[in-house]
Amino acid sequence: METISDTTYAPSVSPPAVRPRATALRCDGLVKRYGDLVAVDKLDLEVFAGECFGLLGPNGAGKTTTVEILEGLTAPDGGRVEVLGAAWGTAHDRTLRERIGVQLQETQLSEKITVAETVRLFRSFYPRGRGVDEILRLVSLEEKRAARVGKLSGGQKQRLAVACALVSNPELLFLDEPTTGLDPQARLQLWDIVEKFRAGGGTILLTTHYMEEAARLCDRVAIMDHGRMIALGTPDELIASLGADQIIALNATGELDERRLTNLPGVRGVRRTGSESAYALTVSDIGVALPALLAELKTEQVILNTLTTHQATLEDVFVSLTGRMLRDG
Amino acid sequence: MAEVEEYVGAESVATTDEREVPAGGGSRGGEDRARHTFHPLIELTLIRLREFLREKEAVFWVFVFPVLLALALGVAFRNTAPEKIRVAVESTTNSPVAEQIVRALSVSGEIEASVLEPAEAARRLGGGSVSLVVRTRSAMPATENSIADASSASLAPANQARVFAPEVEYRYDATRPESRIARLAVDDALQRAQGRAEVARTRDERVTEPGGRYIDFLIPGLIGLNLMGSGMWGLGFNIVTARGRKLLKRFAATPMRRSHYLLSFMMSRLVFLALEVVAVLGFAWLVFGVAVRGSLISVAVIVLLGALTFSGIGLLVAARPTTIEGVSGLMNFVMLPMWMLSGTFFSSARFPEFAQPFIKALPLTAINDSLRAVINEGAPLASNWAALAVLLAWCVVSFVIALRIFRWQ
Repeated sequence: METISDTTYAPSVSPPAVRPRATALRCDGLVKRYGDLVAVDKLDLEVFAGECFGLLGPNGAGKTTTVEILEGLTAPDGGRVEVLGAAWGTAHDRTLRERIGVQLQETQLSEKITVAETVRLFRSFYPRGRGVDEILRLVSLEEKRAARVGKLSGGQKQRLAVACALVSNPELLFLDEPTTGLDPQARLQLWDIVEKFRAGGGTILLTTHYMEEAARLCDRVAIMDHGRMIALGTPDELIASLGADQIIALNATGELDERRLTNLPGVRGVRRTGSESAYALTVSDIGVALPALLAELKTEQVILNTLTTHQATLEDVFVSLTGRMLRDG
Repeated sequence: MAEVEEYVGAESVATTDEREVPAGGGSRGGEDRARHTFHPLIELTLIRLREFLREKEAVFWVFVFPVLLALALGVAFRNTAPEKIRVAVESTTNSPVAEQIVRALSVSGEIEASVLEPAEAARRLGGGSVSLVVRTRSAMPATENSIADASSASLAPANQARVFAPEVEYRYDATRPESRIARLAVDDALQRAQGRAEVARTRDERVTEPGGRYIDFLIPGLIGLNLMGSGMWGLGFNIVTARGRKLLKRFAATPMRRSHYLLSFMMSRLVFLALEVVAVLGFAWLVFGVAVRGSLISVAVIVLLGALTFSGIGLLVAARPTTIEGVSGLMNFVMLPMWMLSGTFFSSARFPEFAQPFIKALPLTAINDSLRAVINEGAPLASNWAALAVLLAWCVVSFVIALRIFRWQ
């Protein structure tokens, strides 16, 4: 298969010695300010070819600003960006744009235009890529091909937006909160599209504030807060970094001593969550910690209202790093 | 460049072969554009045309409204009989004097007089439904004749029998042309009724020449107005909407040539331009017999240049705003002076001399004047070089500035 890159930039030197993974996307010391607000604060990021990389963080963490800088839509105030080995702002910007696919968070496509017409328009911007029918099949919108965009559901609109990003067979796909506001079924359909793209060898940079999305789709996740990266790793690594694999959340009537709770066997940490007698305990061994906790409640003569346990998630990682919930913004 | 080559060298060697999986991304192959779509400029233009035709309101305002306006104004100002001069004769009671005056005024058939109470007469004069009020001053002593102003006539007894009251006074607004005409016509009728003899023999020959009627004046102006409206709104509204919906930003993230996007607006304007001008001209020709005396090619050249000019101004106005409210304000700011000054509904020559250079420099004035010269007078294109130069200047300047300050997000 002949590729554009082969003909445009023939390898001029022998391939470098073994590289574990090629870099698809990199930024160093990225800075973006809006007036006094520092939206992106000296961010370093590296995304390897063929991986799905997640930028996780609450609203206003700087995810969208970062992504739009990487997409070449916003100029950074400082730092270096390298996309598929090239920098933005050169004579080769158009060639670079042919190799990436972009879905923006807020784009609303023209409502009077049909699905097929929209895909066809975007397809016409790229010298090479897929056919309109093939793209529509890929995002399961064949039946809607003659429907106007204004008549589509939220999930269908979002799949159309992703279709427009896929028309060129991009090497690198940017998805900015692709499933925000979608119902669970629509979310699953979108995840399916992303997973297929990833399985075909494509690289993805995805932003989200849904932990389950990041945990399911992403090979590696960077957690962002206030324009900085506060954690980086695979979802499993990040959860493991809590040193706990279970969370016990309880709500009681009466006072509990946080220090005594922390010293219970199997408990790694204790945090009050919101109201006065609600606690979250991170525990490494629930079999040991739970009986000890119940015994403690009995000794303190505290009445237990609710108690739940769950597997630790990326949400818990975020909370333990920032003291806030992801969705609090 | 070195970076690019190094990266691609490593990358393409490493991964080209693995990327055969049909569903996946990353495959840089795929089929040529030509197999699936037309040139992006054509696809963009098609989208423009579809967006417009699927917007029923837009179709109404561009195609139907100008025709309706031409119909309404053409009927309101049609040249059947010359319009009568409407005057009121004041009378407190049903006096025979007032009746006599009305009869005397009706002789020529040019004047339509009615007897009214003084208060009602004053009200109608103020409202413009009568142009002049005749007040009888029979009670006035003869010595006051000289005090009365120039508009009161002393009807001295002559050899003939006195027909009615010796004195009348004309009340009218001298700044209104129709009132001054009424003053002349009424005075003439009354003096004749009193027996004034003509000293010179005169004769009227009435002409109603197509080309000199109001509808002939109006049609080129309506075409100009339509060019302005559809150019400005067509670009301004659509571009600002697309910016507000982040669609411009989305396009900016594709390899689309930005000039193609803007050119697509020009292309779709040209398609509709032909239809909209033909609609108005054809309607005026069929219904009112408005003929194009000059060459149709000259009309086409002016209309084309005019459409491009207003597209440029529309682009300029739409270059930065992100909301419809923002662009609407700007648009009104640009269009309102031209609505008033550029001679669409009445001749711009009525404005004072000092304002004329400014009015002549407005693009709509340039379109209207040159279209009128060609359509009504059959003037060649070359004689309109000044107006065409004005248009060209607006066109070039607005495009250059618009492209410089245009914001894609």
